[in-house]
Amino acid sequence: MARARIDLKRYPAFGTLTWACIVLLYAPMLVIMIYSFNELRSITNWGGFSLAWYWKAITNPQLHAATFNSIVVALSAATLGTVLALCAALAMSRGRRLRYQDTGFAIINLPLMVPEIVTAIGSLVFFLAVGIQLGLLTIIIAHTVFCIPFAYLPIAARLQGIEGYYEEAARDLYASRWETFRFVTLPLMLPGVIAGYMLAFIVSLDDFIITNMVAGPGATTLPMAIYGMVRTGFTPEINAISTMMLLVSALFVSASYLIGRAGDRKYNAQ
Amino acid sequence: MAVPLPAGSQQETAAGLSGRDRLLLLAPALLMITVFLILPLGFILVYSFLTKGTYGGVIWEFSTAAYEQFLFERDLFTDELVFHASYLQIYGRSIVQALVATTASLIIGFPTAYYIATRPPSQRNMWVFLITVPYWVNLLIRTVSMLFIVRDEGPLNTALMATGLIDQPIRIAYTDFAIGLGLVYSYLPFMVLPIYAAIERFDFRLLEAGHDLYADRWTILRQIVIPLTRPGIVAGCLLVFIPSLGSFIAPDLLGGGKNLMIGNTIALQFQSSRNWPFGSAAAIILLTLVLIVLVIFARRAQQAAVASGR
Repeated sequence: MARARIDLKRYPAFGTLTWACIVLLYAPMLVIMIYSFNELRSITNWGGFSLAWYWKAITNPQLHAATFNSIVVALSAATLGTVLALCAALAMSRGRRLRYQDTGFAIINLPLMVPEIVTAIGSLVFFLAVGIQLGLLTIIIAHTVFCIPFAYLPIAARLQGIEGYYEEAARDLYASRWETFRFVTLPLMLPGVIAGYMLAFIVSLDDFIITNMVAGPGATTLPMAIYGMVRTGFTPEINAISTMMLLVSALFVSASYLIGRAGDRKYNAQ
Repeated sequence: MAVPLPAGSQQETAAGLSGRDRLLLLAPALLMITVFLILPLGFILVYSFLTKGTYGGVIWEFSTAAYEQFLFERDLFTDELVFHASYLQIYGRSIVQALVATTASLIIGFPTAYYIATRPPSQRNMWVFLITVPYWVNLLIRTVSMLFIVRDEGPLNTALMATGLIDQPIRIAYTDFAIGLGLVYSYLPFMVLPIYAAIERFDFRLLEAGHDLYADRWTILRQIVIPLTRPGIVAGCLLVFIPSLGSFIAPDLLGGGKNLMIGNTIALQFQSSRNWPFGSAAAIILLTLVLIVLVIFARRAQQAAVASGR
């Protein structure tokens, strides 16, 4: 019987296609990483291992300003977005369904539904019409909007996995609502909050389309700088910056994933 | 709930939040999105019915010129409106590109999701992680790396020429094929993950039931697995189709800005073309397309849920 089940589950070409999928997803990134260490400017020839392009990227003053802007934006937008998402998740995933639950959920997810280019020009038109000067502030506002759903989803998922008994027990023992939140709910949901924050941070750090529209002159972020460089021609320096950004993203995602999983394990063990 | 609740907590959550508290907690996020997303969408709806300014911007005079521009062109000599299809073609091509990308993603994505879901539980997380990571990695950089590979003088053509399979580089970059490849590459994880979630919940004993009733492997797949995991498949297709339809980066970089899609057409109006009403109208039409697709599928899902008695 067990034998038959294993055979039934297996489809011949599916394993191969899975590997094809992994290769398609990873090969371009791997190739660009490898070429970032090529000493030669040439794309076709390998001139030996070198960190020269990294040095060039790291010492490029224009990239310094862009990196600084990107980090300021991502920190602000992810923090603000996570706080808003956290409050919304507390309201939405606990207790009886709210009358406006579906509407609320639809609005929170709206930034994921609207095509990015539409959001981008909408924000541009809006900021200009109401007279907000384009710059870092407008980038932060626009990023906060799409950070909310990215932070909301892991936080809400986490909250739904936590039974209400812990909070009820705290309340029965005369903890105030703030104490209940601070000492019971927050610690339990913390892995979800951290995961959500990191995802929001990465999404903000990576955004190009919306940023490019609402940045105005002067406020350049890292993706904008890279886009500008690609537009003027491929240099190995681009490979080096790209590799560094790829690694930062991968690091954040891995950390977010591990924290989320460690939290689940801890909770399940309790 | 068996646990007795403190007095007056009927309307409260476990943490003691009343309905009013919850509304107050929810309000800031909703307000932020309403003011800085829904309101701007209203602005572009209004702008799409205004007259274009000479150097960008708008003149506050009602006009349907932006929408007319989709179908007609004003003849320079006779000043008559003449039908022209170039913008319709851009929309048509975008829809086709998005459909092709969705189909290709489904062909690769479904088997991948199925394969992962049938791995031992200890390995599944690792596979899911492998599929997820690229999604979180900068889309611009991923597209740049794809462009790097498929360029005429890129590693792919170099390798093919070195093996003697071809003696001239194959033109991949700056073609529709490259855009399609870029779209699949960009949104493939969106296809795999929801299908995986659906297949993971699938009751594999049904395979045996099908087998006992003399269904062969492919019949089982077609008649049992696919119908029962359809919500995941539909979700995956939507998650690939919608961003593909409005994509900007892939057609811009991999298409070289020549093979325009909707997203580039919209962006252009706010950059070099400086025709804001037309750009707004193009965005409104894109948004309408997306909404139509979403509503159709939401209604279908509802009908399916009703039909299956859930």
